[in-house]
Amino acid sequence: MNRINLLFIAIFSSLIACAQQIESSVKAKDATSVTYTVEDVVTELNIPWGMVFLPEGGMLITEKSGEIIHFKDGVKTEIQGVPEVYVRGQGGLLDLELHPDYKNNGWIYFTFASSKGKGDGGFTAIMRAKLDGASLAQNELLYKGGPNTKKGQHFGGRIEFDNDGYLYFSIGDRGNRDENPQDITRDGGKIYRLHADGRIPVDNPFVGKTGAKSAVYSYGHRNPQGLVKHYKTGEIWEHEHGPKGGDEINIIQKGKNFGWPVISYGVNYDGTSLTDKTSNSGMEQPFFYWVPSIAPSGMTFVTSDIYPDWKGNLLVGSLKFKYIERLVIEGNKVVKREIILKDLGRVRNVRQGPDGYIYAAIEGEGIVKIIPNK
Amino acid sequence: MKIILASYIVLMMGMSGFSQNTKLEESKKRGSEIYADFCINCHMPNGEGVKGEFPPLAKSDFLIKNRTKSIKALKYGLKGEIIVNGVKYNGFMAPLGLSEDEVADVMNYITNSWGNKNKKMITEQEVAKVAKK
Repeated sequence: MNRINLLFIAIFSSLIACAQQIESSVKAKDATSVTYTVEDVVTELNIPWGMVFLPEGGMLITEKSGEIIHFKDGVKTEIQGVPEVYVRGQGGLLDLELHPDYKNNGWIYFTFASSKGKGDGGFTAIMRAKLDGASLAQNELLYKGGPNTKKGQHFGGRIEFDNDGYLYFSIGDRGNRDENPQDITRDGGKIYRLHADGRIPVDNPFVGKTGAKSAVYSYGHRNPQGLVKHYKTGEIWEHEHGPKGGDEINIIQKGKNFGWPVISYGVNYDGTSLTDKTSNSGMEQPFFYWVPSIAPSGMTFVTSDIYPDWKGNLLVGSLKFKYIERLVIEGNKVVKREIILKDLGRVRNVRQGPDGYIYAAIEGEGIVKIIPNK
Repeated sequence: MKIILASYIVLMMGMSGFSQNTKLEESKKRGSEIYADFCINCHMPNGEGVKGEFPPLAKSDFLIKNRTKSIKALKYGLKGEIIVNGVKYNGFMAPLGLSEDEVADVMNYITNSWGNKNKKMITEQEVAKVAKK
């Protein structure tokens, strides 16, 4: 009998939890007309996690399995000298970014799961290096989270620079939501800020606090796989995967707590409630949240004149629904969501190239370019 | 329920299969933890998958009929078209980075859950023998 009662309670409470989820304020809709074509740029990639455009032409692409690929004029070259990558679950070689002054200093930044240091397993690390022919050189490990864990989830890994040259990167909660995201003395579930050479800025919010990880810039995050500088304000915009529902867009602010897992618009994967709170004092509300989840990865603002109808919009890749969402933002809110690039595959990354075109990295396919109709 | 369970244990102890059976139960338990960590995102809490996106594991003809291929997919990843319960899937599962004993555990879990039944326990040795090509 007890067992049956428990079962009823479990079913009942999961029904309540599901019923409690509040859908996104704006729903995604198909575009009324398709005004672009899609051209293959790089083919035959598996999980193209990060991509950058080199000023001398060509691109660097990371494959999650641990390779950095140089692509130029139709030729792929594997870059040598990549550090050992801990490939497990969602972990592997992650994002790639160029120093804002790459042209003069040649620094390339990349994140990866690494098993270096104490304990079994791995944690997210960030390294910088320069290209010497087809090899990495002068590799410098700038930061590595810890302690290592064999958990397969939530490595985060996106990288971005702001207008002052600070380096931001994300580490997800590493499958330990009860301990990591809310504790500033622990790694994981954080956005980090460093100087470009890896030094910790003296005005980072938790510098001097006993036991705190002083590289932390904001906390209470789940698994951020989108990080981009706003083209006008210079603020760092972030998005993160929620559990079942509750993916978020946040505007990162110094020292702020973004609430995971105390507040969330999502529920557990099995539909049970993980928290009854969507807000709390001292915790930031998201700029926007997705219910249901789209599983966001990569994002970019459209700033070029090539897409007049899309200018100023935010593009976000969806792993789950295999499309790009075009979010129209007016004032401080999302007013429209449109589905573009439907059904090409799981979109891992989306960026505007230096030529002003939008490029999308698609799992199991490669990198495509969106060309508007004349 | 407790009495039934107890007599079941006594019955099983009387049989030579006892040690194999406990080993299987332990392996399944470890496997369920790995499942919650690595697999649940795509294959869903009850192995139901997402039709046309991520193939089901529950009552999956592919899993039941392709034991070695399934182990291989867990070890090295899976790419290209497969048909599961009459539905086409053309996705990509990346190699998971699991050790051989973990592959055995999660295989024992998924082949004995959600209506699936597998009489022959999968061992670390069996997983070790499955080569990439």
